[in-house]
Amino acid sequence: MAGRVPGPYREWMIELEDLSKRYGDRLAVDHLSCTIRPGVVTGFLGPNGAGKSTTMRMMLDLDSPTGGTVRIDGKHYRQLHNPLRTVGALLDAKAVHGGRSAWNHLLCLARSNGIPRSRVGEVLDLVGLTPVARKRAKGFSLGMGQRLGIAAALLGDPRILMFDEPVNGLDPEGIHWIRTLMKSLAGQGRTVFVSSHLMSEMALTADHLIVIGQGRLLADTSMADFIARNARSFVLMRSPEQERLKDVLSGAGITAVPGASGALEVSGEDAAHLGELAARHRIVLHELSPQRASLEEAFMRLTAGSVEYHARTGTGG
Amino acid sequence: MAVVTQVLGSEWTKIKSVRSTVWTLGVALVVTVALGVLISALVNNEYDRMSVRDRLVFDPTYVSFTGMGLGQLALIVFGVLVVTNEYSTGMIRTSLAAVPQRGIFLFCKIAIAGALALAVGMVTSFLTFFAGQAVLDGHRASIGDPGVARAVVGGGLYMTLIAVFSMGVAAMLRGPMLALGILMPFFFLISNILATVSATEKIAEYLPDKAGQKVMQVVLTDDTSPYGPWGGFGIMLLWVAAALAGGYAVLKKRDA
Ligand SMILES: Nc1ncnc2c1ncn2[C@@H]1O[C@H](COP(=O)(O)OP(=O)(O)OP(=O)(O)O)[C@@H](O)[C@H]1O
Ligand SMILES: [Mg+2]
Repeated sequence: MAGRVPGPYREWMIELEDLSKRYGDRLAVDHLSCTIRPGVVTGFLGPNGAGKSTTMRMMLDLDSPTGGTVRIDGKHYRQLHNPLRTVGALLDAKAVHGGRSAWNHLLCLARSNGIPRSRVGEVLDLVGLTPVARKRAKGFSLGMGQRLGIAAALLGDPRILMFDEPVNGLDPEGIHWIRTLMKSLAGQGRTVFVSSHLMSEMALTADHLIVIGQGRLLADTSMADFIARNARSFVLMRSPEQERLKDVLSGAGITAVPGASGALEVSGEDAAHLGELAARHRIVLHELSPQRASLEEAFMRLTAGSVEYHARTGTGG
Repeated sequence: MAVVTQVLGSEWTKIKSVRSTVWTLGVALVVTVALGVLISALVNNEYDRMSVRDRLVFDPTYVSFTGMGLGQLALIVFGVLVVTNEYSTGMIRTSLAAVPQRGIFLFCKIAIAGALALAVGMVTSFLTFFAGQAVLDGHRASIGDPGVARAVVGGGLYMTLIAVFSMGVAAMLRGPMLALGILMPFFFLISNILATVSATEKIAEYLPDKAGQKVMQVVLTDDTSPYGPWGGFGIMLLWVAAALAGGYAVLKKRDA
C-alpha cells in the first residue's frame, strides 16, 4: 500500500514512506510505510510503546524522522499553508497553558492560521464547552481537556484529522459522541486517523486498520477483512474417524474445513446438533468445542511477538 | 507557510491572556521606581556629608536608576516564563503544529514579548528618572542636560534587552527552573562579585548587564572602561544576539 498514487487521488492522503525514528539505540519506528486514505476512519493500533504517538508527532513535523518521509497531500507538513486548515490533530489533551481560558487558547490558534474568530465559538459549541469557555483550562477535568483538544483539531475545518487516543478520559457518553463524530467526519469525505490500543474500540469505529508493533508494520487491512478472518465463531470437531465424520457432515449438507492440527472447523452449526449427528452415526468424538475468536484475541495474537511490556498473568510472582 | 502578521497576532493574544505577564512586568516597574525613589531620597540626605571627590562624580540620573538592579530580576522572570511556559505546559506541540516554521514562531514570540518589555521599560525608566529627580531636590539633573535623555532612553532599552536575553537563554534551556536558576544568580550575584574583585573587574566589564548599564550613566569622569555608553550597549547587544542564535539553533534542531 506504500506506493504513490498519481493524480488527484493523492489529495487528502497521508503517505508514510520508510519512516523511522531512533531514540538512542532503539528504533521506536522501524521503516514504516503505509497510506492513509480519505473518506474512511483509519484505526492505528498497537500495544503500549509500539510507536503510535511517535509516528503521529513525525507526521506533524514535531519530531524529525531518522529516516524516511511523511507526505500530506503530497507535501511536507512544513510546506502547508496555514497547516491547521489542512490537518487538525489531537496529540495530547494536556498540551494547553492552564492559565489561559479555553476561548483564548483557541483564539491564539485561530489567529496564527488566519481562521475567523467566529469559528472559536462554533467549535466550543460543537464539543459542548461553551458554558466553561471563559474558565481557565487548569480547572478542566480529563474529559473536558480532551474535548478542548478536539475543538482545537476541528478549528481550521481541516480535511485531515488525527487523534491520538481520543477516548482517553471520556465517559461512555463522551466515547459515543467521539465515535459518532469520527464517523461523520469520514462520511464527509475527510481523512480520519485515530490511534488506540483497544481493538474492541476500533472495531466499532474504524473502516481500515493499520497495526504496528515495536515500530514495525504488522497489518494494513480493511476492518471487514480483519473481522472476516479473525472473528468467526465455529465448532471444533476432532475424531479418530476424521474422514467418515467429514462424509457424514457433507451428507447432511454441512461444510467442514480442516483446521489446526487435523481437527475440523464447522461454521454456522451449534455444537449440540453436531454432537447428535455424530452419535447417530456412531462416530467417536475426541473433541467437540464451540470456539469464538474475539477481535481482541486476534489483535493480541498479531502483536504477541512485539509486545514490549508483558505483564505476568495471575497473581503472585 | 505561516504568515508573520498572523503569528504576531497569535503571540499577542497569548501574552495578554496569561496573568504572569501583568505581574512580572508590574513588579519590574514598581520595584524599579520605588527603590529608585527610596535610594534617591537617602542619597539626597547624604549629599552634604559627601567628599568633594564624590560630589564631582555624583550622577543624579544614575542614582535614580539604582532600583533597576532588583527590578531587572522581574524582567528576567518575564522573559523566561514567556518562553518556558510553552514547554512546561506542553503547549509547544500545539504551537508548532500551528506554526511549523520554528524561526518564525520563535522570533514572532520574542518580537511581541520584546515590544511589551520595551513599552514597560521606557515607562519605568522615565518614571523612575522623574520621580528620582523630584526627590533629589537641589542636586537633580534635568532631561535637557547633556547625556541625560540618552541615559533615560538607554534605561528603557537596557530593560528590554535584559528581557530578550532571558528569552534567548530560556529557548536554549527550555525548563523554567533551570533557566531562572542560571540567570537569577548570574545577574544578582555573580556579575556583582566579579565586578567587585579587582582580579576579575576587567572581565565583569564585558558581561551583558555591566556593559549595558553604561548607557544609563551621565557622569563618566571617574571612568577607566574601554568603551563609551553606546559601546557598552553594543556589547550587550552582542550577548543578546548570541543568546537568540543559541535559542534558535536549539529549537530548530531538537524534537519538540
Ligand atoms: N522522546 C523520547 N525519547 C526517548 N524515547 C522515546 C521518546 N518518545 C518515545 N520514546 C520511546 O519510543 C517508543 C514508542 O513510544 P510511543 O509513545 O510512540 O508509543 P505509543 O505506541 O504511542 O504507546 P502508548 O500506547 O503507550 O501511547 C517507546 O519505547 C518509548 O519509550
Ligand atoms: Mg501514545
